[in-house]
Amino acid sequence: MHEMAITESLLRITLAEAAKAGATRVTALHIKMGAYADIVPTILREYFAIAARGTAAEGARVEIGRIPVTMRCRTCGWQGPVDKLHIRCGGCAGTDLQLLTGREFYLESLEAE
Amino acid sequence: MEITVMHQIMEWNEDVSAAVKATLDAHKTCLINVMGSPGAGKTTLLTALIATLRPRYRIGVIEGDIAGQIDAEKIADLGIPVVQLDTDGACHIEAESVRHMLPHFDLENLDILFVENIGNLVCPAEFNIGESFRIAVLSVPEGDDKVQKYPLMFSTCDGLVLNKYDMLPYFDFEDTRVEADALGVNPSVAVFRVSARGGAGVAELAAWVAAKTDAALAAATPAQKAENTPTKEEPPCA
Ligand SMILES: Nc1nc2c(ncn2[C@@H]2O[C@H](COP(=O)(O)OP(=O)(O)OP(=O)(O)O)[C@@H](O)[C@H]2O)c(=O)[nH]1
Ligand SMILES: [Mg+2]
Ligand SMILES: [Zn+2]
Repeated sequence: MHEMAITESLLRITLAEAAKAGATRVTALHIKMGAYADIVPTILREYFAIAARGTAAEGARVEIGRIPVTMRCRTCGWQGPVDKLHIRCGGCAGTDLQLLTGREFYLESLEAE
Repeated sequence: MEITVMHQIMEWNEDVSAAVKATLDAHKTCLINVMGSPGAGKTTLLTALIATLRPRYRIGVIEGDIAGQIDAEKIADLGIPVVQLDTDGACHIEAESVRHMLPHFDLENLDILFVENIGNLVCPAEFNIGESFRIAVLSVPEGDDKVQKYPLMFSTCDGLVLNKYDMLPYFDFEDTRVEADALGVNPSVAVFRVSARGGAGVAELAAWVAAKTDAALAAATPAQKAENTPTKEEPPCA
């Protein structure tokens, strides 16, 4: 269950950033997650709810925005969305592609008081 | 109020992974992350690879079993330096655990450091551990749908070993489907059909490992070490 280790990191970052901004209560977290991230949102939310008990982030909503896989073709220069199970250029059908988005996993912002 | 954060959640692991890689680069040691299901044949494969590669490379192993010393003892019997990693029931190895293990090795006298990751097709793929490259082991009895079900592991590996190839007659395992699926998620992956126990296909795999290792060691100049940025994110295909 790697979601536990990830939740702990998420809570650490949340509390540090809230303290830095002088906030005493965090009401929501906005996370961005690429389509490649093998992290189960419901598990992340459940773990976070437990880990955050008794902290400034207790009861905070965890919102997760997904980012699609996009790539750039090194052969023809095309760039756009790619099916991660069938990686192929949308222009020339080539497979020499560079990842643009899809591996992200970061805390974008907090709503706090 | 709204607080803009923009903080990588995996940063704790990514930073340590980069530090481990920098230490290994400085000593010209290449870390190879070996992943796969429980029982896929990781230890057997390592044993076979070590036998083929040891005339040319000085090899060490980190064993990441959840409990027990069985695999570590098998490697130690070969006269290869091996350290058992205490993962305390975790589902994956983190870079921090590898960093703790490095002082147990004489890195000056090591060319390859294999890490046998925890038997698991999901979690280890999320964690870089300072590796130069990754090998995923999938064995025939596990079934030919695993790439479709666990794409992350197969999209982040450099080499895919279809192990227990000697079992092919006994299972409905369409190896061409697996290869096509693997190339679908990872167009640059190298696929090998291997029987780690019998030895078939091991020589071809070992030659590939040697070429990847030589390239990694050649790229690991001290100058590059200074430039090493802690934010590297390997794309699924290069
Ligand atoms: N028939 C056959 N059996 C194999 C092959 N490779 C490994 N095995 C057998 O598969 C079983 C598991 O092999 P291990 O090497 O221990 O597998 P592992 O992935 O290291 O297992 P864990 O460390 O427990 O996750 C053993 O009984 C091996 O003898 C192979 O190529 N063919
Ligand atoms: Mg093993
Ligand atoms: Zn193209």
